[in-house]
Amino acid sequence: MREQIEGSQAVARTVARCRPEVIAAYPISPQTHIVEGLSDLVRTGELDRCEYLMVESEFGALSACIGASAAGARTYTATSSQGLLFMAEALFNASGLGLPIVMTVANRAIGAPINIWNDHSDAMAMRDSGWIQLYAESNQEAADLHVQAFRLAERLSVPVMVCMDGFILTHAFEPVDLPSQEQVDDYLPAFTPQQALDPDDPVTIGAMVGPEAFTEVKYLMHAKQVQALDEIPRLADAFAEQFGRASGGLVRGYRTEDAETVVVGLGSMRGTLEVVIDALRDRGERVGVLGITCFRPWPKDEVREALRNARRVVVVEKAFAVGAGGIVGQNVRLALQGLPVEVYDVVAGLGGRPVTVASIGGLLDDVLAERLDPLRLHFLGLDAGLVERELLRSRGVDRPGPHAEHMLRDLGTVASRPV
Amino acid sequence: MFSVRIHGRGGQGAVTAAEMLSVAAFREGRHAQAFPTFGSERTGAPVVSFCRMDDSPIRLREPITEPDAVIVQDPTLLHQVDVFGGLRPDGHVLLNTSRSAAELGLDDLLAVLGADRLVSVPATDLAREHLGRPLPNAALLGGFAALTGQVSLESVLAAIRARFHGPTGEGNAAAAAATYAMVAEQRRSRADA
Repeated sequence: MREQIEGSQAVARTVARCRPEVIAAYPISPQTHIVEGLSDLVRTGELDRCEYLMVESEFGALSACIGASAAGARTYTATSSQGLLFMAEALFNASGLGLPIVMTVANRAIGAPINIWNDHSDAMAMRDSGWIQLYAESNQEAADLHVQAFRLAERLSVPVMVCMDGFILTHAFEPVDLPSQEQVDDYLPAFTPQQALDPDDPVTIGAMVGPEAFTEVKYLMHAKQVQALDEIPRLADAFAEQFGRASGGLVRGYRTEDAETVVVGLGSMRGTLEVVIDALRDRGERVGVLGITCFRPWPKDEVREALRNARRVVVVEKAFAVGAGGIVGQNVRLALQGLPVEVYDVVAGLGGRPVTVASIGGLLDDVLAERLDPLRLHFLGLDAGLVERELLRSRGVDRPGPHAEHMLRDLGTVASRPV
Repeated sequence: MFSVRIHGRGGQGAVTAAEMLSVAAFREGRHAQAFPTFGSERTGAPVVSFCRMDDSPIRLREPITEPDAVIVQDPTLLHQVDVFGGLRPDGHVLLNTSRSAAELGLDDLLAVLGADRLVSVPATDLAREHLGRPLPNAALLGGFAALTGQVSLESVLAAIRARFHGPTGEGNAAAAAATYAMVAEQRRSRADA
């Protein structure tokens, strides 16, 4: 049923309809509303046959999930930011053991400096932890991706992260067609674990593996992720057929057919990109958008196919590899190897800075007028004056002190500024 | 697209107001989106929330910088925050105060908008009377309905009752209805004059 609902509540109610048997979580903004919602559904009995574990930390949360999943339970958790990093060791264990845990990551920046706002630094830092990563464009897609994620995880015995932009999606009220219990039951079969700890039929899970087989175990992990590239479109097609709407898949193009310039983006910025592209199309520019829904595994062939006729590709991403450059950008370059395409790396929306029609519009004007150097890493809307003043201030001083605090002092109070 | 920005202080329910407004618009078959400014808000600190309404799906997610309407839940914010920043010249303003725009020194804004679109209403007093608590957020939504016609009072009341149950819902609904009546009466008497 279509409802006007907060993103977090939509996810909580959809996850509940996936009938998880164990949820272990620790609160952290902006994820908290999701697990609060689920704990309410467990408390009231609306979600029955589910054990909700309030643990002492994110490390404890994912560790409990690993135990529960290894015991054969459908298992779910959610986190954000530093919470995801605190899970880091357990993330690799979950994927290495092939446990089909589903986790929501309400994307948020990583400190220091401490910042509770949205970007993709958290999920991107864990991009190579062996989890499948799906990025939602809207709250509808966030809800739908969870239904697909459980089926995908359990089919391949691989853990799946559903990433949704913190605050921008989690705290937004918008219409969501919530999947009904009957629809979810039809789509998502009961969990049959591929491995389970069972006292009546004992097995070892998590034995030490030496050089004689470690490479082969890791190779299988990789092969399974690559297999997901076939599975994900199939699951999205089956979803569309049953639910009557398109959600998920690997990549989604918007007005890319004859586009010479294509903007690539992940998550909730895709709507903004489309609005800008529509305006540019009205001006006669041949431009389009390629949304990346699945970032891990990396759909290299699909990205190459979607961008093969473009002359310029502008990758706008909410994280970057410090000292190296764009993360999604590097992956896009890999996909476009050998093609005569210029790739621009643009970092935007860090730590909650809004990605706006004006800022993306200005960026594309610069790209179309060839005012942007494709060899450099660009920071959208960078306050260069603030950076220069700080560099000037700290020059030639023995102990210039912390940059962040000095830059804040330079800006003065921002709380009372207009938005 | 009709864009609303709500300015309040932490604890006054600015975020809940935007959410209820989006529910009211949704009930009328429109597309609506509500979201807060994101941060570690504290009681009493300036807070901003947003609501967009449209007849087609809403793809934008950026903060509203050029609102069609501004609701100010606390008049003391006028001295602290640029609450009217980016307001469209054909926009609407609803102030929670018993004082007139002229008394608040808003003559310049009054000259642009006219008394019909710059309206004061004592929503905190009405909330105290009907709800028993000085929380103006729901009450102001009634005033918004009367001021802009973007949503009906009926939808506002339904959204309030969906959010708050029992006496709290009824008190807030009564305050919203009273605010609606007061703003509608102000506009009627000006039209007659």
